[in-house]
Amino acid sequence: MSEAVLVVTDLRKEYGTLVAVDDVSFRVESGRSLAIVGESGSGKTTVARMIIGLERATAGTIRALGRDRSTPARAGGERRRRGAEVQIVFQDPYSSLDPRQTIADAISEVLRLHGGQQTVGELCELVGLDERQSRALPRNLSGGQRQRVAIARALAAEPRVLILDESVAALDVSIQAQVLNLLADIRAETGVSYVLISHDLAVVRQLTDDCVVMQHGRIVERGPTGQVLDHPAEAYTQLLRASVPGPGWKPVRRVRV
Amino acid sequence: MTPLLSIDDLTVQLSVEGDLRTVLHGVSLEISAGEAVGLVGESGSGKSMTARAVSRILPSGAVTFGSISFDGRDVSALRGGALRQYRGEVAMIFQDPRAHTNPVRTIGDFMTEALRTNRGVPGVEARRRAAALLEEVGITEGDRRLRQHPHELSSGMLQRVMIATALLTEPRLLLADEPTTALDVTTQAEVMAILDDLRRERGLALLFITHDLELAGAVCDRTAVMYAGQIVEVQAAGTLHDRPRHPYTAALVAARPRIDAMATRLAAIPGRPLSAFEAPAGCAFATRCLHVQDRCREARPALRPLGDGVVRCIRAEELVGV
Repeated sequence: MSEAVLVVTDLRKEYGTLVAVDDVSFRVESGRSLAIVGESGSGKTTVARMIIGLERATAGTIRALGRDRSTPARAGGERRRRGAEVQIVFQDPYSSLDPRQTIADAISEVLRLHGGQQTVGELCELVGLDERQSRALPRNLSGGQRQRVAIARALAAEPRVLILDESVAALDVSIQAQVLNLLADIRAETGVSYVLISHDLAVVRQLTDDCVVMQHGRIVERGPTGQVLDHPAEAYTQLLRASVPGPGWKPVRRVRV
Repeated sequence: MTPLLSIDDLTVQLSVEGDLRTVLHGVSLEISAGEAVGLVGESGSGKSMTARAVSRILPSGAVTFGSISFDGRDVSALRGGALRQYRGEVAMIFQDPRAHTNPVRTIGDFMTEALRTNRGVPGVEARRRAAALLEEVGITEGDRRLRQHPHELSSGMLQRVMIATALLTEPRLLLADEPTTALDVTTQAEVMAILDDLRRERGLALLFITHDLELAGAVCDRTAVMYAGQIVEVQAAGTLHDRPRHPYTAALVAARPRIDAMATRLAAIPGRPLSAFEAPAGCAFATRCLHVQDRCREARPALRPLGDGVVRCIRAEELVGV
């Protein structure tokens, strides 16, 4: 078996009496990509926040590149090292950048902190931003361009794992296709692994090798993405799949609340 | 048969920092009684602005040209009581139900306000009708729900409340602006099914605004595609996805990832969606079109009949199947 870059074992998160994440385990092999699929309240974003250290797990372990990150980093050096292992791109490109910082400054700040080998120019070129855009402030860029900046900034730390938390969900269809192609190129070039948090099954199909389906904090189904989407075994996965509009789709009323 | 709603050559300009900017350019669209029409486009294409123009809630300072008529009446001429009457006949629901409810008022107050203040319906009777409509959209225990506040309801349930509220004045046309975009997919299917049922039972006409071509295709009779403040194509919703006639529609279909197969490479559309005021003088899509020729840039193509629909592309016939 190849080396796993991310291993999550028996992860649990409680908020008071609410169990947000319950007994979640998965592994991401080097260079492969995993989707965490689910609806609101499924616990998928809480899992992501625990992996990058924004939330502390109630129980269970998280290991990245063989090193434990289940408990908060105590020193700045350890925090930086974790930052160089796993990075995240959030959903909203409008609130994830400092409005007073130019794009070039936002990227070079990360390069300086992590001693990255690439230049601002190389990173901008990698994500398809030109010279003029790199001197702009976030408010002068469109949503798709801002999301490219967020991706460039995350890649500046040269992470082995990039968490994409609904990172293309807010983009227009034509821009979403550009960013999905870009993510495929970056993966081919750098060998980075993606953990894609998404409710959009078509995006999941396009970007990931494997997937886990979460409902009420638990993983209800897992497997290769194509197999899970084409032959969902669990009732909940079948319902998710059947809810996606397509040729011949007719919405059906099912529940009364 | 005269259409219920008729939008004819509608142009809207908004005042932005002292400048007038065009947001809609020559939009023409008709909706018959009981018909469902999808309005599809990316951000800035003008789909929400079209609905706002129809329901007379454009931002202040907006300048409009062209005409909108509803059941033979000139919508722009309506004032006072006639305008209130019209707003009961043409109801609107929005993407974010939480932003359109008052958090400190009960669901009952919110739902019955229009009936009590505009129609003079007594409170007890208004609440009885509200509870009955909640039942129709699949919410049981209506009396208890009417005493609750918005924060006690999930987004999906609150959107059902919005639909029930819109129906209380017994409208003939419902304008639905991305009503399911903020909802989970399973909740979206449920809300669409409710809209579909109510529409058929009541003979309600629907203008359904969405960015999702396939969703529009599943629930509408016809779909109109907008780009840069113009309608670029209208045709039967069932065939639009497989037989797009405008290069922009074809590009949108091709750009979307598929759930049943992974593409080696998605057919991304170069550049970004333009707003009407940024669009070039000739064809608005010319800067991003794969099939552009010099003559496309010379004059703005007219929206002309083709097959069972209309298209705004001078090369539409040559490009069929390309």
